[in-house]
Amino acid sequence: MLRRTLAIAIKELLQLRRDLRTALTLLAMPVLLLFIYGYALSFDVQHIRLAVVDEDGGRAARDVKDAFLESGYFDLVAYGGDIRTLDHMFDAGSAQAALIVPPRYGDDLAAHRRTTLQFVLDGSDSQTATTILGYARQIVASVSPVVPGGARDGPVAGVPLVWYNPDMASARFLVPGLLAFIMMVTAVIATALAVVREKERGTMESLRATPLRAIELLGGKTLPYLLVSFVAASVSLLLAHLLFDVPVRGSLLWLALVMLLFLAVGLGWGIFISTLAETQQVAFQFGLLSAMLPTLLLSGFIFPISSMPSALQVITYAVPARYFLVALREIVLKGAGPEVWWNQALGLVAYGVVVLGLATFRTVRSL
Amino acid sequence: MTSAQPAVVARDLSRTFGAFVAVDRVSFDVAPGEIFGFLGSNGAGKTTTIRMLCGLLAPSGGSATVLGFDVGREAAEIKRRIGYMSQRFSLYSDLTVEENLRFWGGAYGLFGREIAARTEWAIATAGIEGQRHTLVRELPGGFRQRLALVAALLHQPPIVFLDEPTGGVDPEARRRFWDLIDTLSGTGTTVFVTTHSMDEAERCHRVALMHAGRLLALDSVPALKSVFAAGAIVEVTCHHPVAAMAAIERLPGVEDVALFGDRLHVVLAHAPAEGVAAIVQELRGEAPVVTKVPPSLEDVFIHMIARAEGRAA
Repeated sequence: MLRRTLAIAIKELLQLRRDLRTALTLLAMPVLLLFIYGYALSFDVQHIRLAVVDEDGGRAARDVKDAFLESGYFDLVAYGGDIRTLDHMFDAGSAQAALIVPPRYGDDLAAHRRTTLQFVLDGSDSQTATTILGYARQIVASVSPVVPGGARDGPVAGVPLVWYNPDMASARFLVPGLLAFIMMVTAVIATALAVVREKERGTMESLRATPLRAIELLGGKTLPYLLVSFVAASVSLLLAHLLFDVPVRGSLLWLALVMLLFLAVGLGWGIFISTLAETQQVAFQFGLLSAMLPTLLLSGFIFPISSMPSALQVITYAVPARYFLVALREIVLKGAGPEVWWNQALGLVAYGVVVLGLATFRTVRSL
Repeated sequence: MTSAQPAVVARDLSRTFGAFVAVDRVSFDVAPGEIFGFLGSNGAGKTTTIRMLCGLLAPSGGSATVLGFDVGREAAEIKRRIGYMSQRFSLYSDLTVEENLRFWGGAYGLFGREIAARTEWAIATAGIEGQRHTLVRELPGGFRQRLALVAALLHQPPIVFLDEPTGGVDPEARRRFWDLIDTLSGTGTTVFVTTHSMDEAERCHRVALMHAGRLLALDSVPALKSVFAAGAIVEVTCHHPVAAMAAIERLPGVEDVALFGDRLHVVLAHAPAEGVAAIVQELRGEAPVVTKVPPSLEDVFIHMIARAEGRAA
């Protein structure tokens, strides 16, 4: 049993060594995807074009302006005293946001009187506008002096307090999802061609005439790719840590275990597709689509599952990345142990058993 | 198993695919150590039969045993004990000769040391010593086919099934391949081989003629040819062989006429003298040349098909 599994595994590695294109796809594609999507995919908004209308002209007003600029999110495009210039700037798109400091702002502040800073936003992109508003609230809160007798006396009330991702850098939230996405795609592609290739080349017929059992064939075909894709995933995770400040707070051992479980599910899904497809082309296309779309849309990678319609939420249980992503975020962002994510790991185990079982069933029927 | 027991027993073995009858109630025995040829054109049911015997395809009717094991119920036992070379080239072209042999040894469940020893045996037997580190895709066709044969023999099976093993190779490579088959048979291995080549069938101990899923005849080559013992085969060369065919068919004493390239083979029911005279008379404007020829396996085959179709019609 082990001898035959090993024979298949060695054969697969020998073939992979000669097939430079596939080897590169499996090892380099994850890193490439991480670079491309890691930098492109971000909810952070920077270089916001800010116009400041200073009707006060005093030192306190300049402090507010400087606080905005020092935050790093805003670029000053205009600074003046005439509010009428704003219309034109928003229309022309030269400004996205405007801060209006009212007359006597400095005096009111010094006298502990209530005062109001006006913040004008281009709301045509609501996602960006919401983000900018969040930045503005924090900055204004930071310049609002703490007054004895209650924080409500300041210009802006209510300071958001964010845990785990204090500056709400979206990379920390998104990159684990990106890792899950990359791992799923490479794992499925790694094995999607594994069985159908033998069918196309005619070697399947000879394998079938040997005493090789379905489980030995599939095991021998999965194990080498589990090794290869685990290496690729670990490198990606290391890069994510170095490039995007994704922390790894939890135990590396647990992390490795959850990654292996998820990769096994992806490889199992790929091999199941491979037993269904008649040509490599069909297997590749179906593999890619079935790995990419659900992971992108239904795993909680970008769109939170809790805000989906309930029918969609039910469907997300069929997306393996859903389980992995929860566990991965718990481990890397919060340092949580298995007592928190054990049910996610169990979900992955169950998923893996089902897909590999289906693949074995398909292969037994054709063996 | 005792040596007296047949290596293969088929009884009314049948296989249908929907309404199509690929193999129709075929019965035969194969003796141990025999080179058993399955001769037929494409679509005659040869591959379907071989796949049923190897446990790759379940019979729809009838039964068959290989080495005493039932092909339907004991396929796993059969697979452990047979070698099979499929019609399509079945090695990994992106692995070297040695890597392929080691892999197939492993797939048959051999131990490390056995694999090494059998790999050496296989390379020596196939006569490809200089090529052990060559990628299989770079090997000439004849080498590949010998390699595929020895790969199917790594686990020393008592019987090997070869499905049109010499397709697309030159006559010299084909001769070397058949020398290898003779050697195997000499050491007691049963060889079950399908072919549509008459030359190859001539090298088999016994030949089964398959046509449209049915077994038309089964015997040694000389015995098959003795079907013409009472009559004779004459070869006719003339200007318009196709037109002459119809004329000759109507003559008394002519069993059938077949076109062999640009000449005709005529099967006469009786001694040739009268028949030849009749043909010459019939074709007088055509300047015919009529010669008596020894019967070939192809004559037998065409005659059998004509007889079977005549019966069916």
